[in-house]
Amino acid sequence: MRIKKVRLGGISVPLISIFLGLVVGAIIMLLSGFNPLINYLNLFSGALGTPNAIGEVFRSATPLILTALGFSIANSAGFFNVGLSGQALAGWLASVWFALSFPHLPGFILLPGSIIMGALAGAFWSGIAGFLRAYFGTSEVITTIMLNYISLYGTNAIVKGVLTSSDADSTPLVPIQARLRTPFLEKLTGNSTFHWGIVISLFMVFVIWWLMKKTTLGFEIRSVGMNEDAARYAGMSTKKTIISAMLLSGALAGLGGAMEGLGNFQNIFVNTSLPDIGFDGMSVSLLATGNPIGIIFSALLFGILKIGGLNISISSNTPSEIVNIVIASVIFFVGANYIIQYLISKIKTNHNSSKLISNSIKGGHK
Amino acid sequence: MKQEQTNHNYAIEMKNLTKKFGNFVANDRISMKIKSGEIHGLLGENGAGKTTLMNMLSGILKPSSGQILVNGKEVHLNSAKDATNLGIGMVHQHFMLVQNFTVLENIMLGIENTSFFGILNRQEAKQKVVNLSKKYGLKLDLNAKIEDVSVGMQQRVEIIKVLYRNADILIFDEPTAVLTPQEVDELLETLKLLASEGKAIILISHKLKELKAVANKTTIIRRGKVINTVDMANTSPEVLAEMMVGRKINFQRERKSVKTGKEVLKITNLKVINEQKIVKVHDFNLTIHAGEIVGLAGIDGNGQSELVKSLTGLKPIESGKVLINDKDLTGASPRKITHNGVGHIPEDRQRFGLILQMNLVENASLQVYNQPPYSHGLFLEPKAMVKMTKEILSDYDVRYSDLSENVGALSGGNQQKLIIARELSRNPSLLIAVNPTRGLDVGAVEFIHSQILKAREMGNAILLISYELEEVQQLSDRIAVIHEGTIVGQAKNEDLTESEIGLLMAGEKLENKEEIIHAH
Ligand SMILES: Nc1ncnc2c1ncn2[C@@H]1O[C@H](COP(=O)(O)OP(=O)(O)OP(=O)(O)O)[C@@H](O)[C@H]1O
Ligand SMILES: [Mg+2]
Repeated sequence: MRIKKVRLGGISVPLISIFLGLVVGAIIMLLSGFNPLINYLNLFSGALGTPNAIGEVFRSATPLILTALGFSIANSAGFFNVGLSGQALAGWLASVWFALSFPHLPGFILLPGSIIMGALAGAFWSGIAGFLRAYFGTSEVITTIMLNYISLYGTNAIVKGVLTSSDADSTPLVPIQARLRTPFLEKLTGNSTFHWGIVISLFMVFVIWWLMKKTTLGFEIRSVGMNEDAARYAGMSTKKTIISAMLLSGALAGLGGAMEGLGNFQNIFVNTSLPDIGFDGMSVSLLATGNPIGIIFSALLFGILKIGGLNISISSNTPSEIVNIVIASVIFFVGANYIIQYLISKIKTNHNSSKLISNSIKGGHK
Repeated sequence: MKQEQTNHNYAIEMKNLTKKFGNFVANDRISMKIKSGEIHGLLGENGAGKTTLMNMLSGILKPSSGQILVNGKEVHLNSAKDATNLGIGMVHQHFMLVQNFTVLENIMLGIENTSFFGILNRQEAKQKVVNLSKKYGLKLDLNAKIEDVSVGMQQRVEIIKVLYRNADILIFDEPTAVLTPQEVDELLETLKLLASEGKAIILISHKLKELKAVANKTTIIRRGKVINTVDMANTSPEVLAEMMVGRKINFQRERKSVKTGKEVLKITNLKVINEQKIVKVHDFNLTIHAGEIVGLAGIDGNGQSELVKSLTGLKPIESGKVLINDKDLTGASPRKITHNGVGHIPEDRQRFGLILQMNLVENASLQVYNQPPYSHGLFLEPKAMVKMTKEILSDYDVRYSDLSENVGALSGGNQQKLIIARELSRNPSLLIAVNPTRGLDVGAVEFIHSQILKAREMGNAILLISYELEEVQQLSDRIAVIHEGTIVGQAKNEDLTESEIGLLMAGEKLENKEEIIHAH
């Protein structure tokens, strides 16, 4: 009975968060004089109405699944990896750099090689924070935020100074054999940017689920995350586990970046801010309460909101910022997860308690 | 709640209370009545359903069916707050305190005494706490953080917390399990004082002597059902025990003579310091042979915790040497120590011994998950883990409803039994056991003691650290007394009387007794 209740709570809370986010978005639209109903219809038809739109939704969910997995694995070990963006950017850079450096390699070496380089770069970047945390107790929140900025400006400097000849803002496209987008998929989805990366993402969902449930490393990560003292008692090395979890987390974020570099954009350019896939990945993971299968669905929802949101401003004069408000309020309500859980329990108990309590108190005084 | 003498007789009454967890019936139509001014004992095996029943009275769990009457009037409790409002307060088996809050903050938590402008009225609250603590002789250090105070004080905080909320129905769930003998005596006095003021008290305890000393009546439950309610004046502990477990309990321990073998543990000149650089263990020398149980007696806080943590790799060693099975394991990692045949029943079961949010299988596998057949390389073998878990849990009579439930859902005593099962079933050549039977019912204590004696007969060495002198005396071949971090005397069990041990524990020397080897 108790277990069932927890499971139900596991789904109902995210659903309520989404619903409340949509309601807040609707209220804001009403207040600004736009029709929420029409806009939401446009949003969903824009996201799911055509093969192209669906392709775009999947494409935008692809890196989010990876960064969300990265967040959840670090979180299982008790770490708050705020550096997903920087790690993703490092992965993006490394994958494109590798692909551009060896244009004559055959595809079956170049493509996997580029993807792996992306993962390694992300792992290296988060590994720094993991190492500092394990050996010096430095807060991973602070180090990963700082590493984010080093990653942003470092990448931009490399793009301008090393990867382009004439101080240009973007690199040439990666060689054809290193691209995840193929004419076949483009034809299938009405020329969308849908690419093979989704296969990698789904495969990684399986890998991470398996790793956490079926391997000694996963067991150690979960143990350290839940009770560090007991993990030590059981002979686990907390340092080793912390670093492993952070390396895995960064590798997944780096993979997410490689999806952008080899799939979505097929190059890298000067970014003015950190890529969204990092922070969105955190929200996706929180919305899914860290559950790997849940992450697939919540990444798709984010894709729908993002892609469908574009359609709102195309089909009406509602500004696209409105969509960002809806997304932001969903995220806000996910963050307010605990408040919602608290409210649910309140509503459940308040129902009959107040009456009976006052009765019984009166009774007690008789 | 004002207490007025009215026509109803009972402060609190349970009528056919039933609680189900899924298909599992934890409480089966339990009825009990307690008068004001009465101390009512509640006795039952581990997992019999005592905590569950009390959680319903304190609003934490909702009954599946049945009634609760307070002062003769039916009530429905939907939260702990409801129970508080009705004057019901509970001191829980596992404390519910905020570690990094001060004692005073913990007491005020949730009932902040705010003045008209919503400002915390600390001064007034503090005065009330001070008054309560004086009146009931419950010493508190109001400004200390919970994480820095002893378990005994944490419990006094819980008691004051309840009194602060003006409870007149008080529930104590195994309050004495975590206390030193001196603290137990003080607590029992407090309970009598509270009862004499007209409060109704329910006391859960596995210690028959304690119930005999303070309870007017005792209700015995077994597997969720009431067996009987007896008057304590004319009931012997033996009868109580038999009603509780349904068979005769043997209170005598039989120590067969065993030929001792080689040295299994040899500690020389051990020195351990704590985080504040205070010396906790020094000049510590102790040897334990195969087939020998050495009981370490001492008052809580004389270096026992630091000694055990340093021996098991959880705390660094300042200087000295630890040999286990002739191997130098001074400052080795916990895993290396475990792999050299050491089992450890830790002092704080919920902090070190278990991961409460993990299931029974995972907790039972905690020490072996990285070895075949439970894993091969990186790959866990869940089937082997499940099989082993089932076996050891049934061998040690751990009562559970489902292997996939979190270990936190087990009753307190069954959590302890799981740890013992895990550690003893590995047949360690050295067992370090700290208060192994804390919170166990008399039947389980009898069983665990027989298992420890069996380990000895099999030629294993056992270091038994217990705050209960009786346990040390029942099991040990040799008794060593620790005082201020060092052994102040040790001798064969037969050669030491209880009062002599008491004197040694208090730091006095017994110069003219030959059998006693003094440390220096
Ligand atoms: N939340 C829960 N979910 C499922 N089963 C539970 C839950 N809480 C308790 N149980 C089960 O109910 C039974 C009674 O547990 P309870 O904690 O009341 O025992 P107890 O009499 O207090 O034992 P102890 O002396 O060991 O503290 C146990 O078998 C326990 O596993
Ligand atoms: Mg209990």
